[in-house]
Parts: sequence; C-alpha cells; structure tokens
Amino acid sequence: MSHLKSDGPKTGNVTTRGASRRSVMACLAWAGAGVVWTVSGGIPKSLGLGGDAIAAQAGGFSFVQISDSHIGFKGDVNPTPGVTLQQALDDIAKLPTPPAMLVHTGDVTHLSKAEEFDAADQILKGAKRDIHYVPGEHDVIGDDGTRFFARFAKDATPGGWYSFDQGGVHFVALVNVLNFKPGTGGSLGAAQIEWLEKDLHDRGASTPIVVLAHMPLWPIYPSWGWSTDDSAQAMGHLKRFGSVTVLNGHIHQVVQKVEGTVALYTARSTAFPQPPAGEGKGPGPMPIAADKLKSVLGIRQIEIVPTTAAAVKDQTLA
Amino acid sequence: MQSVLTRRMLAFAVAAGLLFGASHVIAQPAAAPGQITIDNFAFEPANLTIKAGTTVEWLNRDEEPHTVVGVDPALPFKSPALDTGDKYSQRFDKPGTYKYFCSIHSHMVGTIVVQ
Repeated sequence: MSHLKSDGPKTGNVTTRGASRRSVMACLAWAGAGVVWTVSGGIPKSLGLGGDAIAAQAGGFSFVQISDSHIGFKGDVNPTPGVTLQQALDDIAKLPTPPAMLVHTGDVTHLSKAEEFDAADQILKGAKRDIHYVPGEHDVIGDDGTRFFARFAKDATPGGWYSFDQGGVHFVALVNVLNFKPGTGGSLGAAQIEWLEKDLHDRGASTPIVVLAHMPLWPIYPSWGWSTDDSAQAMGHLKRFGSVTVLNGHIHQVVQKVEGTVALYTARSTAFPQPPAGEGKGPGPMPIAADKLKSVLGIRQIEIVPTTAAAVKDQTLA
Repeated sequence: MQSVLTRRMLAFAVAAGLLFGASHVIAQPAAAPGQITIDNFAFEPANLTIKAGTTVEWLNRDEEPHTVVGVDPALPFKSPALDTGDKYSQRFDKPGTYKYFCSIHSHMVGTIVVQ
C-alpha cells in the first residue's frame, strides 16, 4: 500500500480482442504489485498515491476481490493454502479504506470436497463481511456445483447466477464453469446470456456495472482453457454502459484489458501462481522459491467513484 | 570415522533409492496395454486401441486434479476428481470408438478404440 507505483499503465500495451501472446506478456510486464489506476469513461489512467486516490476514497464505495484460494491443494509450491488465505484476510483487515464487502471469484476449493468447503468457510467467516461468490471449475467437480451453491450462493437463480446492487453499483455474478464440452473453453450458455440481457435491460447506461466470473470473459489463451466460448455475446449486452468492470480469476496472475468502456481484469490467487500464457508445458501450479511465494499471491481493492470511475489496486501478500 | 562412513553409506543408499525410484516411475506407463497416464494436461496416449474386454486404467501424475468423463451416451463413465497419484479404471466390452475428456480442463481430450 505504501509504495504504489506512479508510473501507471501504458495504455498502448492494453490488448485488443484476441490478445497475442506478446501483448499478454507486455501486460504482465507492467502489471506489478500495487498499481493504482482509475477507469474514467473506460480509459484507464494512472493515479498517484496522493490526492487522486484519496479523492476517490472520499466519495466512493470500496470492495475487495480475492480469488483461487484452492483449499485442499497440497502441492509443493504451497502445501498450506489455508495459511495464505488467512493472511489475505489479515491484509484486508489492515486496508486504510475498509471494504464494504468481499467478492471471491472462484476455486474456493481444490477438489470440491465437503471437508474443503468446511475448511474454507471457517477461514472466510473470519473476514466478518459479506462475501459474494462465483464458482470455479474446481468447486463443481462431480456434482455440478450442488455443494458450492448450497453453501456460498443460496440466493442465486437455479442456474447459479445472480445479481445485486450495492453502493450504487449493479453487480452481476456469472457462472462459466459448468456444462463443459470436449475441446471447448468456459461457457455461459444461452439461458444465462438471456437472463443477463433481461437483468440489464432497464438499467440506465450511467449505472456502474461490475461483472464477476471465474474464467476470463475474453480469450487470453484458449488452448489452456483461459477463455469463455460465448463471452462476446455477454459483452455485447454490456457495451452500452459507461463503466463496466469485469473481475475474473482462474489464471492466478494479473492480466488487464480495456475494450471501449469495458475494463477486464484477472486476479492473483491466494494459493499458488501459474505460468504466463504459453510458457512451459501447461497451466498448472508454477514452482517458486518459498521465500518468493507471497510476492506472487495477492488481493485487489476496487473503489467505485460515483458517475465515472472505478479504481483498481492490486497488492501482493509479500 | 564411524559416523562419516555411516553418513556416506546413507547418502549412497538414498541416491540409489532415488535412481531406482525414478527409473521405476518412467518405466511404468508402457508396461500395461490398457494404461493411460496424465502428464502436463494431456492424456498419454491420447488415442489408445484395445481389445474388447480390456480394462483401461488412467493414472494422474499432474499436480493438478483431472477427471475422465466419457462422451458416448451408450457407455457413460465419469471418474471422481483424480488428485495427484490417483487412478481410475473403466472396462470396455463392446467394440467401438469412445471419446472422453477432462471435465475440469475441457481442452484435454482422448479416444479409446475398442476392437
């Protein structure tokens, strides 16, 4: 928090649809810890630590995103993901601007086991705040998400998706990890996209929209499953809004893109890193020295400013 | 002197054990005709031809969990989540071509041809 970068994002590197690997790399190069930026009319610009950020805090509403806690993971890179999740919550408790609530963008557990859901729930209750969840593919193994939805999204529609309003923002929580077909990426499905269209229909274009989903809602690297096949249809219903912030997990690293008034961000994990797109043999846990682990895990605070801006600030657990 | 010797012998024993362990693991997948391993988000072999009545066994050697889910409604099979080192077996009695995939990572696909 205390060493936010003042050299903000280079918008020239912001990728367009169908990001090439090189442009993804370019994004990763500057997506370091503690970048502050504001999205005003869809165009991100950098914020210093001083006046702008404080002004943003004064009039706005703030929440925190955590993701990919993978409770139950036992791999060498982090055999105790419960400990790093707890540290994420401890770091959130220390934020100078207390968040109104939390969102968790999926892969709460590693294997969808009842005991993993229990363990995760026990830790996450310690946040002492509302947490809004969307499932990851690790949360719906074998039961199409029955255990996940019963515990973490009781008020969702029968399909698991839902929306709510808080702080003047309309939040849409989508499910793109069910009904996978061989050889495809994530999927929203026709019923959910139809629901989204109806859910957004009567809302004014000036309403700030935040979309939550586990898998990226743009094709970052489809051959590793880092995409959602029908995301373009969902985006079509969002582009008329003046400020849309899409928050995803799944790839365990920060990648960002702006398309018109829609800004899309993937998040760090609280458990373990994954390699940059296309580097190495696959999207599994990336080995890293134990003393470097926390520098690649993280949380994200989002501050919504009335009328135009969403400031997104990533920080690591280091 | 005694302790140094013992330590050296121990080191030798550990090294030998590691070597033996490593070669043993590498040799394993080729041994059985109905065996498929999962490494680096891929089924190996991705296309396997077997005789009717053979039981195929999948072994997950990734740090990531995977599943094995059949696509053909005539022979529905679906493994639980296979964590590192977990195995799953399915017997194929009728000739045909059976596609399957990992329901967690749907880009992972494989085919069993039963003769």
